[in-house]
Amino acid sequence: MIEKKSETKNNLKKIGSDVVKDIEKGANPTLEIPIRSLANIKFDEKNKMIMMGSSTSQRFFFNAGHVRKFVQTIEAAALAKELIDVNKHLSLREAFYRMKRTLPDSQINLVDEQVESNQAIEDLELISDASREQLHINANKMGSVAGKVVIEDKEDTIDWSKLGSGGWAIPSNVEDIIFKRVNAKFIIYMEKAAEWERLHEDRVWDKLNCIIMSSQGQATRGVRRLLQRLSTEHKLPVFVLTDLDIWGFYIYSVLKYGSISLSHISEKLVIPDAKFLGLTVDDVIKYDLKKHLIKFEDIDIKRMKQVEQYPWFKDNKDWQRQFKMLKELKGKAELAALSSKGITFISEKYIPEKIKNKEWLD
Amino acid sequence: MTDGKLINAEEMAKAMREVSIAEFFEKNRHLLGYENPTKAMITIIKEAVDNSLDAADEAGILPTLKISVKELEARTIYNILDSNGYEIGEVILEGRKPILKIKDRYAKYEETKKSENKTEYIFSAGQKIYNVTETKVNNGEDKQIELFSGADKLKISKTPLGRFRIIAEDNGPGVIAKNVSLAFGKLLYGSKFHRLRQSRGTQGIGISGAILYSQLTTGKPAKIISTTEKETAEMEMRIDVSKNQAHIISQKIEKNKEEKTGLRIELDAEGRYIEGKQSIPEFLKQTAISNPHAKITYDGPNGKVAFERGTEKLPARSHEIKPHPYGVELGIFTRMLASSKSKNLKSFLQNDFSRVGPKNANEILKISKLENIKPEKLPHEDIEKLHRAMQMVKLPSPPTDVLSLMAEDLILKGLRKEIEAEHFVAVSRPPAVYRGMPFAIEVGLAYGGKLANDQTALIMRFANKVPLLYHQSDCATSQAIEEVDWKRYGFSQSSGSFPQGPLLIFIHFASVWVPYTSEGKQAIANYPEIVKEIKLALQDAGRKLYLYVNEKMRGQHQKMRHELFEKYIPELAESLEKLTDEKKEKIIAQLEKINKKGERSEKVDREEVGDKK
Repeated sequence: MIEKKSETKNNLKKIGSDVVKDIEKGANPTLEIPIRSLANIKFDEKNKMIMMGSSTSQRFFFNAGHVRKFVQTIEAAALAKELIDVNKHLSLREAFYRMKRTLPDSQINLVDEQVESNQAIEDLELISDASREQLHINANKMGSVAGKVVIEDKEDTIDWSKLGSGGWAIPSNVEDIIFKRVNAKFIIYMEKAAEWERLHEDRVWDKLNCIIMSSQGQATRGVRRLLQRLSTEHKLPVFVLTDLDIWGFYIYSVLKYGSISLSHISEKLVIPDAKFLGLTVDDVIKYDLKKHLIKFEDIDIKRMKQVEQYPWFKDNKDWQRQFKMLKELKGKAELAALSSKGITFISEKYIPEKIKNKEWLD
Repeated sequence: MTDGKLINAEEMAKAMREVSIAEFFEKNRHLLGYENPTKAMITIIKEAVDNSLDAADEAGILPTLKISVKELEARTIYNILDSNGYEIGEVILEGRKPILKIKDRYAKYEETKKSENKTEYIFSAGQKIYNVTETKVNNGEDKQIELFSGADKLKISKTPLGRFRIIAEDNGPGVIAKNVSLAFGKLLYGSKFHRLRQSRGTQGIGISGAILYSQLTTGKPAKIISTTEKETAEMEMRIDVSKNQAHIISQKIEKNKEEKTGLRIELDAEGRYIEGKQSIPEFLKQTAISNPHAKITYDGPNGKVAFERGTEKLPARSHEIKPHPYGVELGIFTRMLASSKSKNLKSFLQNDFSRVGPKNANEILKISKLENIKPEKLPHEDIEKLHRAMQMVKLPSPPTDVLSLMAEDLILKGLRKEIEAEHFVAVSRPPAVYRGMPFAIEVGLAYGGKLANDQTALIMRFANKVPLLYHQSDCATSQAIEEVDWKRYGFSQSSGSFPQGPLLIFIHFASVWVPYTSEGKQAIANYPEIVKEIKLALQDAGRKLYLYVNEKMRGQHQKMRHELFEKYIPELAESLEKLTDEKKEKIIAQLEKINKKGERSEKVDREEVGDKK
């Protein structure tokens, strides 16, 4: 994975010049694209993350089935180079409109739907060895953070402890953020914004000297990258709080080991130091939450059977114990159920006690 | 009879009466092609055309046919319906004297009473009296008809009918004057029924049936002008239905001073005229295809059409053959025995059948365990024995060189002159045998051009060069077309149905005896041997056609690819210019060069195959 802007730009240029070379030789221009599918994914035992394999496919210009995607990919490269040149960023939606145009003397649009431009950009990430953010194309921002941290972003200095009730909205590109001062011992990441608001109102980050961060559902790239940077650059453990169900376990799994769709940038996203704080089945028993269980649906059980077989869970005794107990529980529990024990129960009792007693899963 | 008395022979004799030909005709309209007014018109034309073409073939003349159909007047039939709405009879008031017919019986017309706005017709049938009243409505512009049987009012529905004058004229040898009344005035008279020879007509009801239909529907006599080399006979005639013979009304015979010969027949008949798939123009068009040596001009109600001659070459002549023992039905066999002139069974078998020599005749007699007696003396119970024995002896196939085939050349000429398509192929299969009858299948395919791209293939069926317009789904040809895998030849086809695409399928069945599925004579029976031959012919033709279709489709595919790349080239060049600062004009020129090259070679295609991972 490349780091510097100039390198990204050179890589983009090289993609273009290689195609031009093919054309000058009178050959059918080709692009070599790593295959992004389950068959080309493997779990790297040493680094403990999902990695993309080495299989590639060739994309030709003079091929009726390829020509459209070929031109879309080159156009995405041209667009990314332009953005880097003028130092501007576009959202995926804006990039779609930027690429959309009608071919001369025809009714063919270069892209018809955003899915097409999204795919072209994803393919470009693979062949340029640069992430979407490095290509100056951003996803929607969706995440909040608070804590005793001061950063510099676009020459603005921001103190995460002085941003009122909303906290700092995490942008999709956190690459250029500079951490000026980090005064925290760990990070709590939670699945739902509601819990973040609870913890923020209770000033947990102040009381426990930590950073609290959330996204909605699966963590966005920006959130994951920010977590990773804080975790690696400042050696902060990351504690993950999710609802007690298979989907919560999977959120933790993606944060820690990566995902198939973003396997090509796993090393920029995964957080090997992430720990699962809760909810666990033990919590449900300990805090008497059984009466708040929501019954499983078929899909929950089906998904559980897949996830428990993941290589990183398969041989982990603690996790297998959780899966087994969860199955016996026959229902899921939400973090919000903890409020039945008291309004600030989660902030004042649950989290501090769990961390103190080291009651987490690794 | 109703009071329980026994019926005596005299009463029985009274009840039995000769079924008149007219009644026979009425009751068997569906067998003879006159079951509805539309089909009746086509049948009249068909009978005239068949006769003309058969006569020209026999005389070795290039036929020139002139057909004219003109509407004379429109009139109305009132159908009488029972309580369930089924038709039980009809009333006709216009034209000649009023007619009332119920359950196939004509009621006797008694009298007409007229008042200012109302006309009343009175009929009697046995004890019953029927009153038909015709009342003028809308100030006399329309009429309202009511039918009463006593106090019961019967339900009536209206059918508009036209009256047409049909004229068919040919340049054939003509018919000598004294034979005209036999050839045109007697039903079931003809030379074609008992013989085995490929010809168009067979039943002998033919043209006299048309004259009878004309007479029954309009009451007008037929007008015939026959010009032979010697004389011209002009006559008006009716068919005397009780005697089944011609009744000559007027006759004028003159010496033929010109060189021209020919026959002209003029009929007035009731019918309904349509154009389209099952119509007179379509029948004539298909006839012109299967008889490219004929010139046919048609002057119809909607204008003139000419089907020009496509060749000056006369078709090969057919030959008569004797029946083959494997194909002869028991009934015909019985008749053959009765009318045989042979002195004993052995010579009967040798003389009256094909492919039976002295050795085979002896073997048949041995198997049947019969004495070599005179054929007509064979007792009834032994006829079947002999018939069975004939089937058990191994015999050579019947001669097959007796058929008159169109051959590939004439099929192509026929199709080319009438069908606007871009490519034609034809296949003429060598003759084969079904049930002791020689037959041959000929197939033509027309492709592209003005044939519709997105529809089911058009089918044209012929039996001994006569178009078959009805009962397509019952025909052996349809079964064969459905069983052929047309996808192999570049057409789409859902299983068990006709192919789709710009295709016309011409199928000619030629035989000394056509096995129709029914007396309607519109569909060929699906004997396995026949279906198999049709399939082989279609597959043969399909393969020939595919050479062209494939070439064309590949060309189109290449062109489409070329055009597709052409569209994306400027886009790619522009993106590359932004990316690398290379001039886009230069890139476009180079890409277009590669595109052109790729069009000629298969290189690009091969790469496409190679990169599938």
